[in-house]
Amino acid sequence: MSSPRPAYVLGGNRIPFARAGGAYAHASNLDLLTAALDGLVARFGLQGEVIGQVSAGAVLKHSRDFNLTRQAVLGSPLSPRTPASDAQEACATGVETVVALANKIALGQLESGVAGGVDSASDAPIVVGDRLRRALLDANRAKTAPQRLAALARIRPKDLAPVAPRTDEPSTGLSMGEHQALTTARWGISRQAQDELALASHQRLAAAWDAGFFDDLVTSYQGLTRDGNLRPDTSLEKLAALPPVFGKRLEAAPSMTAGNSTPLTDGASTVLLGSAEWAAAHDLTPLAAVVDAEVAAVDFVHGDEGLLMAPAYAVPRLLARHGLTFDDFARIEIHEAFASTVLSTLAAWESDEFARTRLDLPSAVGAVPRDRLNVHGSSLAAGHPFAATGGRIVATLAKELHRLAAEREGGGPVRGLISVCAAGGLGIAAILEAA
Amino acid sequence: MGDTYLDLVNRGPGAAIAARLGLPRPAPLHRYRPGSPLLVGPALVLGSGPDADAAARILSGPPRGVDGVPDGWGLDVHRHAVPDERYAAVLVVLTDVTHPDQLAAPVLEAASTLKRLRPGGRVVTVSRPALPDDAPALAAARQGVDGLLRSLAKELRGGATGNGIVLAEGVPVTAPSAVAALRFLLSARSAFVDGQLIDVDLDAGRLPDDWDRPLAGRVAVVTGAARGIGAVVADVLARDGATVVCVDVPAAGQALAAVANRVRGTALQLDVTAPDAGERLLEHATSRHGGLHVMVHNAGITRDKLLANMTADRWDAVLSVNLAAQLAINETLLTSGEFVDAPRIVAMASTSGIAGNRGQTNYAASKGGIIGAVRATAPLLLPFGGTANAVAPGFIETEMTARMPALTRQVARRLNSLQQGGQPVDVAEAVAFLASPAAGGIVGRTLRVCGQNLVGR
Repeated sequence: MSSPRPAYVLGGNRIPFARAGGAYAHASNLDLLTAALDGLVARFGLQGEVIGQVSAGAVLKHSRDFNLTRQAVLGSPLSPRTPASDAQEACATGVETVVALANKIALGQLESGVAGGVDSASDAPIVVGDRLRRALLDANRAKTAPQRLAALARIRPKDLAPVAPRTDEPSTGLSMGEHQALTTARWGISRQAQDELALASHQRLAAAWDAGFFDDLVTSYQGLTRDGNLRPDTSLEKLAALPPVFGKRLEAAPSMTAGNSTPLTDGASTVLLGSAEWAAAHDLTPLAAVVDAEVAAVDFVHGDEGLLMAPAYAVPRLLARHGLTFDDFARIEIHEAFASTVLSTLAAWESDEFARTRLDLPSAVGAVPRDRLNVHGSSLAAGHPFAATGGRIVATLAKELHRLAAEREGGGPVRGLISVCAAGGLGIAAILEAA
Repeated sequence: MGDTYLDLVNRGPGAAIAARLGLPRPAPLHRYRPGSPLLVGPALVLGSGPDADAAARILSGPPRGVDGVPDGWGLDVHRHAVPDERYAAVLVVLTDVTHPDQLAAPVLEAASTLKRLRPGGRVVTVSRPALPDDAPALAAARQGVDGLLRSLAKELRGGATGNGIVLAEGVPVTAPSAVAALRFLLSARSAFVDGQLIDVDLDAGRLPDDWDRPLAGRVAVVTGAARGIGAVVADVLARDGATVVCVDVPAAGQALAAVANRVRGTALQLDVTAPDAGERLLEHATSRHGGLHVMVHNAGITRDKLLANMTADRWDAVLSVNLAAQLAINETLLTSGEFVDAPRIVAMASTSGIAGNRGQTNYAASKGGIIGAVRATAPLLLPFGGTANAVAPGFIETEMTARMPALTRQVARRLNSLQQGGQPVDVAEAVAFLASPAAGGIVGRTLRVCGQNLVGR
């Protein structure tokens, strides 16, 4: 094994994200992931290529998709000798696959990799209840007809009702939105601030589409040519008119609406990674190096911290390891699960008390320069197909950093910071640096 | 896209009834497949003099110039018509005629073979252009070939075609572009090219090492490659050995990716009307594939309206996408210093731009404009061994023509000597021919792929 070397983001491809039940209502996770891979292969001329490893995952996953990523590879123009693995870390899946493959490249275990993620809220698995499932399994194991009948006789009509998919936290039974409502109240995030963040997200994403920024990041699919959730013509007035949907049973006035929360979304994304040697051999230009990453988790079960606040811990640890502050980053990407998640995280970083009591730091981590935050929009506008969001962010940021570095020419390092919250009280942070 | 009528009159009782009633009976055309023989059956080379001898030598000789002639195709060649022989091709070399009286002998000898010409047979004339300075009798003889060929082509049946090669003064019949044009017209690659005369202006260009892979080592950009003719152009260029950059608007991305993956090229999502379109496609081709050699301007739109009802947005959209965009891209390529290795520009014109078409003033202006543009652009590329030419398709069976009203479509596709619509691959073959290194001596011309449509030249 050789000593670590840089691992680079060489590019990416995703399909436009669609609102659940929309353009991709009848497409499966496998369809979506294969489409994203097809576009990546076409963009980079990888037909017949053996990629070192393709790693991707889905949060809402059918049991039949135990080898989802491998199946997508087999359905793509990549060489069928390309290894693949499935990964899952809730909404952090996408960034986690990027980090895992980048680390393997850094260690010389891989020359190239494709990281990715996919989720279809439209094609989510529906399962049968535990009583029906056990009866069917017992019947299957039965050796004689009477045993089989006895097993099946246990089934009651109410057992036949399917169990709909849920994204509620298994430990608390609360939905993600209700969890975030607690955090929103805790940090006193105003309705107006949330709506303003949502508006900026839509305006910036629309501007990026109009400028052709996504021409080499997205490939249309099933007639959808832009993110289906994008509302370029939304306004503060329209957002202010929406009724609150979360936190209605709390003491604080409810402020989280369909406008400042991400909708259920279908989509898939991929990121092409490689060593400098592999990139050169394939005439590809490295966009950004994957410098480092940090994961964190919080105890939301016992109310010690908010469900989606883990990045508030991961990011300061990552910054400390590199001796960096927010001012050292040209761009900062904070996944917009809810507008108030971003605002609560920013507030925590600006709080001396949070720094002292939670991070064991003498004073506040710092203020994120807002003109560097989510400059091309984020999940509130694009939508959030859970495992696909990380790939969207990494590819978008890598391109943006490369563009900035080309503009600046000769300045210091052009860095980008990624922060993604995830179900289960998880969070992941990563640093990219323009190549 | 199917042609039910063509199928009907070529099978069983349908064929008998059509023959009895004297209905048009279009023949299924043979298309080129790599590795298939150039001709099935003997070729007849008529005419006297050194050009006829050299042409016969190319058809019959050994490959790759081992005996001093640039190439040989190993065909069974006759120099005089053998009675009752069924020829696959008849080559009539008329470059040395100086008086109309001299046409009779070779022409009438060719005539004796026509009734037994094989299905999909080829008649090709080779002649010199009539110029204003020529003696009147010389000019008359040479211009006479034009009328002769175009009429002869209209008489051929069974999928046979008649085309000509017009060699500029001083250009030998062994010039690379003359040899390549001859090969193209004899082969199944020119299935839907009929009644056309290909001008060879210069003794320039380079013959391929392998006639099945004439574009080996070349990098081609094809705009509008997501579907229709453009997608097939990408297929054919890749089949001929080129690395293909497939360009289309981002909204066509899914189809574009499928084409790029099929041809093992790359997809570049780009609106050709973007101000930096030329720079972006050049950067992509050079950084990813090491250069740019062939630029195929295929992207085009229609916004049909009678001129009396024309709106500015319809006019502007068509002129901008079909014409202004490629002028800007060409300007970028020409000034870049990167488009200098025997570069080829091939642009998609249309018979509408030649003969006009009711309701298509904007489209015809753009397509006529393309014919003028390649004529003026080609000389600028000559210092680099380059050229620019256009292909003008007639009625081609595509998704676009499939949307025409059924009766209009049936009539439109019969209005040519082959009595059928062409396939996208027919247009693509002509593009590949003009894109090839051998076509360097064809300068600023427009090649019609129309089955000898009744309108225009």
